[in-house]
Amino acid sequence: MPEPGYVVGALAAAVAVTVALRALPFVARAAVKDSPLLADLGRWMPLGAVTVLAVYGLTRLDLHGADRGAGPLLGLVVTVVVHLWRRSLLLSIVAGTVVCVAVSSLA
Amino acid sequence: MTQHLRTAARDAGGVWAGLFALGIGFGVLVTEHGLPWWLAPIISGVVFAGSAEFVLVGLVAVAAPVATVALTTFLVNSRHLFYGLSFPLHRVEGRAAKAYSVFALCDEAFAILTARGARELNAGRAVATQLGMHLSWVSGAAVGALAGSAFLHGLQGVDFVLTALFVVLALDAYRDCPDRLALGTALGAAVLAWAIAPGSMLLVALSGYTAVLVVRHWYAPRSVEHA
Repeated sequence: MPEPGYVVGALAAAVAVTVALRALPFVARAAVKDSPLLADLGRWMPLGAVTVLAVYGLTRLDLHGADRGAGPLLGLVVTVVVHLWRRSLLLSIVAGTVVCVAVSSLA
Repeated sequence: MTQHLRTAARDAGGVWAGLFALGIGFGVLVTEHGLPWWLAPIISGVVFAGSAEFVLVGLVAVAAPVATVALTTFLVNSRHLFYGLSFPLHRVEGRAAKAYSVFALCDEAFAILTARGARELNAGRAVATQLGMHLSWVSGAAVGALAGSAFLHGLQGVDFVLTALFVVLALDAYRDCPDRLALGTALGAAVLAWAIAPGSMLLVALSGYTAVLVVRHWYAPRSVEHA
């Protein structure tokens, strides 16, 4: 584990930024509301941010383990298929992760 | 408060259960990164922002600079800047209740409380709904981390939960807003960032994507905004 002092500092930074983002629109409502640039960012950011996060998640898959990536890749297929089928966030994640863990452990 | 909790459970009980289950995944991920189990409920309690926490764990585990942590959190959570515009905070009376409501304004709280409509909302109901989400998330994280450190340790593939979460969130976001240009530029920024700066991929990709959005804003036809 990293230094306790570092962990406290990193957490404090994450908390400060998150709270500031949540509180700012109430404090400076007009400034946020009347900015066309922020309006466009608000419209385009959510999809872009989660897309970047999804690619980040994909780059973290271990394709060089004993199963040569079979677990993560099958888990990914199951996650996507189950999600397109049932559209339940939780069900898709649990199904994909269980398949990934099962296949990886069997290898 | 009992009455408010009962109403909140009816409104958000399913979300509470979902957050508890996802919290378990988060807790397991924390111990998979070699961090002590008790850090999972602490992070969940004080940050209380799902996606950002999953990212934060990876950064803290490799002792990324605090400035990187702050900037990445800012970019991942920047959508919260817009929740305040439509959240009916005026219906949440009392300074303490208002403060807690803003602190705990996660994606799910915004979605449920804003969807219910301002007229039905009051301080007790808002705080009860958000407290339920907060406690579900924290207790799920504690359970997951304890299980992770006790008997799931070394189990292959558990950290797949992070990938699954983000892929599913991206599928949902695209369904809500099928904007191919946003999807394409974000994919491009992410792949490029991974190729040139794999160590700080998130930061580079999200900053690059934001820069592209600013350019897109200047070139976007103005009439679209009024359409």
